[in-house]
This record gives sequence, C-alpha cells and structure tokens, in this order.
Amino acid sequence: MQHILETLGRLGSTSGFTTMTWQQALMIVIACVLLYLGLVKKFEPLLLVGIAFGALLTNLPGSNMYHPEMWDAYIAGTMGVGQIIHEGGLLDILYIGVKSGLYPSLIFMGVGAMTDFGPLIANPKSLLLGAAAQFGIFAAFLMALGIFGFEPNVAASIGIIGGADGPTAIWLTSKLAPNYLAPIAIAAYSYMALIPLIQPPVMRLLTTKEEREIKMEQLRPVSKTQKVLFPIIVTIFVCLLLPSVAPLLGCLMLGNLFKECGLTDRLSDTAQNALMNIVTIFLSTSVGATAVAERFLAPRTLFIIILGLIAFEFATIGGLLLGKLMCKLSGGKINPLIGSAGVSAVPMAARVSQLEGARANPSNFLLMHAMGPNVAGVIGSAVAAGFLLAVFGG
Amino acid sequence: MTNYNFGQALLDSLVGLLVVFFALVLLMCIIKIMTAVGDSREKKRAAAAPAAEAAPVAAAPAAPAAKLAPGVAGEVKLYDTDPRTAAMLMAIVADELKTPINELRFISIREIKEEA
Repeated sequence: MQHILETLGRLGSTSGFTTMTWQQALMIVIACVLLYLGLVKKFEPLLLVGIAFGALLTNLPGSNMYHPEMWDAYIAGTMGVGQIIHEGGLLDILYIGVKSGLYPSLIFMGVGAMTDFGPLIANPKSLLLGAAAQFGIFAAFLMALGIFGFEPNVAASIGIIGGADGPTAIWLTSKLAPNYLAPIAIAAYSYMALIPLIQPPVMRLLTTKEEREIKMEQLRPVSKTQKVLFPIIVTIFVCLLLPSVAPLLGCLMLGNLFKECGLTDRLSDTAQNALMNIVTIFLSTSVGATAVAERFLAPRTLFIIILGLIAFEFATIGGLLLGKLMCKLSGGKINPLIGSAGVSAVPMAARVSQLEGARANPSNFLLMHAMGPNVAGVIGSAVAAGFLLAVFGG
Repeated sequence: MTNYNFGQALLDSLVGLLVVFFALVLLMCIIKIMTAVGDSREKKRAAAAPAAEAAPVAAAPAAPAAKLAPGVAGEVKLYDTDPRTAAMLMAIVADELKTPINELRFISIREIKEEA
C-alpha cells in the first residue's frame, strides 16, 4: 500500500498539474484561443493550427520539447547545432529548419510553383504598386523604433509584418530577432486572414465611387517564352542587386520555373503539394514552440500586435495612393483599388480589390488586374526583407 | 547598432523604399524589353507567313473550312480549365447577368489556384 502511495506521490510531484505556473496556464488558454480562431473562424488554418498547437506543446510543463535557453546559447556561440540535436527536444530539432532559413525558402518554392506571373508580365506597371505597398514595412519600422522603443533589429522584424507575407516575416525575424518569432508570425498570419476586414474601410476612405467604378481593359496574352524567361531574369537581376534576398527569391523563382517550363510537372506538383505540406507542418509547429510563456507574456507582444495592424494599414494606404496617382496619370484607365493588392497576401488581397470593385460596379472584374500588384508585392516584400537583413543583419 | 537614432532610421527607411522601387522598376524595364523583343519576333514571323503561303510550293488543296454555327463570335481560350467547366461557367455568368449567352463575349477562362 505504501509503495502504491509513494508511486502516486512521485507521479503527482512530476505531473504538469502540480508544476504548472500561472503563465504556462495562461499560454495554454491563449493556444486554445488561437486553435479556435484557426479551426472555427478559419483564420489561415493551415498555418495557425500548427502554430497554436506548437505553442500548446511548448507550454506544457515537463514536456521538454523546446529549450529557448539552448538557442540563446547558440546565438551567443557557446552551443552548436550538433549539441542541440543531441540534447534538445523534438521541437528544437524541427526549429533548426527555421533558424537556418530552410523552411521559409522551401515554402516560397511551393508558392512560386503555384503563382502565375502572367498578369504581372502583361501589365509591368503593376510592379510599381507592389513597391508602393511596401511603405507599410518602413512606416511600422519607424514607429516601432521611435514610439515603442524597440531595438533596430527587432523594429525591422516588426516592420516586415507589413509585407503581409508569412514566410518572409519568419525568415527575417529568425535572423534578426528570434526571440520575437512567435508574436511576429502570429500577428502576420492573423492579419493576413483579416485582410477582408482590414482593407475595405481604408479603400473606401481613400477612393471616390467614380474611381472604384473604373473598368480596366482586358490584359494582353502572355507567351510561354516570356513566362519561362521571367523567373530566370528576376533571379539574376534582383539577386545581383541584393544578394541577401537570394534564398527566398531564388526558391520562389525556381518553383515558378518548375511550373512554367512544362517539362518538370512532377517537380512542380511536389513543390506545391507534398513538399509544401510537410514543410508547413514543421514550420508552423516549431514557430509556435517559440511562444514560451516567460517570453511571450510581455507588454511588447501587445505592441507587436498593434504595430502589425499599423503596418498592414500603411501598406494598403501606400498601394492605394500610388494607384490613385496612376489613375490620374493614365487618364482614368487604372482603377486605384488594385493598388491595395500590392500588400502580397496572395490571393486574398486581390480578391478584396475584386469585391470592392464589384460592389461599386457589379460588372467590374478587377481580379486579374489585381493579381499583378499582388504577386509584385511578394517580390517587393522579399526585396525589402533582403534590404533590412543587409542593414541590420551584420 | 548602439548609437542608432531616429534620424538614421528615417534615412534607412527612405533608402530601403528607394531600393525596393529601384529593383521593381528595373524588373519593369526588363519585362518591357522582353515584351518588345517578343512582339518584334512575332511580327517578323507574321510577315514571313504570307510570303510562304504565296510560294508555289503551297499548292496542296486546302481542306474546306467547317461551316460555323449561327451566332458564333470567336474562340474562348481555356487555361487549366476543361471545356465542360468552361461551358458551365459561361452559363452561370449569363444567368447571373440576366443576359443571353450569345450577347456575351468570353475571351479566356483561367483557373486561379489557391495559394498559402
């Protein structure tokens, strides 16, 4: 009898129920709220469910799946990856792919294999709208630094939320501010899911009904040769201009080349399905694992969430204002609503432009026109991330 | 980055935005050049085609052109879309717009794939 009691006592003393801190309990509640948002409200469920479950696993006392102190030692140079593999938990091992930039780059390869750059090639001016929408990144960076007092490298990582591109945000943050990876990834993916709520009020505020009603001309057809040459040319020129962006942009364009060349259908299929799905599981759970209670529960997390929203709004404003200017200069041939699609978030932002255009004029079809700035935004945010890494990564 | 101040940040932001614009404007120029080269090649090919047709070698009897059905107004280009789906989509659009299908002009139908 005494032996049974001793065994039960030992079990009780090592049980998570007795060793749990209030911070861990709160994190478990937060993880459950995120699971609710992903599963019930369908906020980017493919990513958010994994992130939330990773946050849940890492905050279960005694689970020993992720050790932030090991990664601090790795950054300080006192611990190597080999030692982390040997002594770390499951999520530590998966996190190596985030730290090395492997997962975001592979996700970009899948995104490239799914992206049709045809609307962008048909209307190259859309690249300007994709560039203007990166205004949100730099506006949020300045606010994070000047108003909220974040360090420059952290402010740069917060700013990249405005790029509305999850893999880019994770890639840059894992290099510049790994301790803030969880809140930045959660903010980026949550706001991407909320684009249909975030953008329309700003779009209506900054455009007149007449502008929203503008019908755009049919896009010209794009030849297969142009579509095959595009990823090769972009890789050569942009990576020569900004070498730090090569892993992200190179993978994006490689995936696109698989799709467009017509000779590597199997590779294209793997990149956009099997590989993408496997990497998404690894990426989301290991990013979620960084939401450790003692680091996540801080006023700074709240500031990041606020700044993320500001970044998205300024990105939308940047794209819309240039859209309005292009509308004026073209004599009313360009609907400024396509400017807001420059914030990446493919294809959600383009759909919002289509919906707002159709709301003003039911026979207005802006979707293909908005896809140009939308995919230009992906390239633009990658270039902005490369710039920030070049400036703050040293 | 210990002495990094707001003025420097403002300057870096300006440079950053300019770099993004420069990279994308560069791409825009390259696409325009690529398109111009493609178009000129296409024009040359088109100009060469009538000459080849006019040559006496092209004496093979041409197959009689199939007679078009009444109301035919061009061809729809289908990208990643099967004809059955295209037919359904055109019918749905006509129904939604409350317009007879022979009064609508479909130029192309393309499947937009979901992306992460």
